[in-house]
Amino acid sequence: MLEVSRLTSGYGSMQVLWDINLHVKENEIQIVLGANGSGKSTFLKVVMGLLPQWSGELKMNGADITPLTVADRVRGGLGYMSEQGIFPSLSVEENLKLGSLRTQNKSVADQIDHVYQRFPELKERRRATAGGLSGGQRKLVGIGRALIAEPKVLLMDEPSSGLSPRYVSEVIDRLAELRGGITLVIAEQNISFLTIADTVTVIEGGLTRFTGHIDDFTEDESLKEAFFGIAGH
Amino acid sequence: MPKLDEIDRTLETESKGKRLISPAVAALVPVVVFAVGVHIYSNELLLTYMAIYIALAQGINIIYGFTGYLPFGYFGFFGVGAYASGLAMLDYNVPPVLAVVIGGVAAALVGALLLPLFRLRGAYFAIGTLAASEAIYAIVSNPSLQSITNGPYGLNLAAYYSSGTAYGTAIALAAIAILAASYVRSSKFGLTLKAIRDDSYSASMSGVNVPRQRFYAWLIAAAIAGMGGSIFGWSTSVFYPQAVFDSSLSVLAIVFALFGGVGTVWGPTVGTVVLYAIYNAIGVSNPQYFQLIYGLVIVLLVLFAPRGLAGLRQIKSRRATTVGAKND
Repeated sequence: MLEVSRLTSGYGSMQVLWDINLHVKENEIQIVLGANGSGKSTFLKVVMGLLPQWSGELKMNGADITPLTVADRVRGGLGYMSEQGIFPSLSVEENLKLGSLRTQNKSVADQIDHVYQRFPELKERRRATAGGLSGGQRKLVGIGRALIAEPKVLLMDEPSSGLSPRYVSEVIDRLAELRGGITLVIAEQNISFLTIADTVTVIEGGLTRFTGHIDDFTEDESLKEAFFGIAGH
Repeated sequence: MPKLDEIDRTLETESKGKRLISPAVAALVPVVVFAVGVHIYSNELLLTYMAIYIALAQGINIIYGFTGYLPFGYFGFFGVGAYASGLAMLDYNVPPVLAVVIGGVAAALVGALLLPLFRLRGAYFAIGTLAASEAIYAIVSNPSLQSITNGPYGLNLAAYYSSGTAYGTAIALAAIAILAASYVRSSKFGLTLKAIRDDSYSASMSGVNVPRQRFYAWLIAAAIAGMGGSIFGWSTSVFYPQAVFDSSLSVLAIVFALFGGVGTVWGPTVGTVVLYAIYNAIGVSNPQYFQLIYGLVIVLLVLFAPRGLAGLRQIKSRRATTVGAKND
């Protein structure tokens, strides 16, 4: 579905990503794990076309998407949820309406209803200002807005950002419900998200340290020590 | 238990009604008040200026309240409008009302030329617009351009003076500006502008054409200021460049809009009426007291009502809803 190989990028003349490789299959949930400043958010922005790609390959369904603009990538099925994820001064419904701007087939009302069916708590608060919702609900609005555009691959930048542990587990549960209907690439530093991962890519200092199946990740002693603080036998 | 669905249904029904009635009422009320007001308070010129300031405050509302870009140099469009319409009257004998439209178009064209300023953000954008307007002022008032703009000596439109028509046009402009703000607030266009204000990056990702939508808002705001300047020049008859390229015009329009509450339709209108009335009640005869009161109003505004009078109203209605929900 999404293939990245030897990708490099940066800001201005400062290189941030040195060698990123990953492969995501259709309907898979991949967690891109890394500490603050490791380059995972930069990586998502490059994939989305928000930052220039210096070199390397970027393919979606086998086709090179490097020359495509952000709008073309969105039309091609890429979606993106930023760390904030919402427009805080707009109501829940207005946020969702904005998600439907790029879609053409279904009516806006149908699309919004579909999100309300998935997240009924948002329907109850549809007139409320998104900035006044709880952290977990704010993330649901962001996810709902991203889903309305019906992306094939949804890139999510730190959905746990700014959330208390209670809301983190709520968001994880809701993302798990999406399994099978969409490909998710979630950049995170919170290892709780590994519970829903099919595959994992670890980025350290702009380099891919690991990429592969979740089972291989959990069996890797050095990664275990680095991320779970568990020493090997 | 709060009956959220029930509350929402009520709000939905209310807002549907409001969507139809509110813009018409918001525009009609000032028209009626000004039409009747001139028979009660006979200072027609002052009322003309008040109507112009309502339009300017709504222009600030559209570009700042809905997109988050604060143009300190907003007065530049006002001056461009005054000069474009004045020259259209003097050089081409264009009827004043049509000249007002020309002033609006000229200001919008200058707005289009200044579009690169949107590469700047926050204070840099505000200062950038200020510098651009000062540059336009320097060009217009330049003695070497006396054959075109009459340089520092301004324009004399006494031959076209018609206080009643100018007053009527000012009221019409205020109504148009209110309707424009109302459209922006309730339309999909306005929704995209508010998204840009919140997070232009995410707005772009959602499919909002950020530069285009911002451009349209900027042109609307510029045209309103241009027409405001045109009516000001026409109703004043004789004006000098420093009178129409006056940075205090921007400051007053911004303060009026903020006092009433930006991002709303009623706020800038109410803010202008209240503060401009205070300004004229004490500002002209006792400018030192006015400065004091004005300063106090701004301090109180920042401390207790950062979202203006409209913000106070919203807090009150939210409290009422909460109490109602608790009682349920």
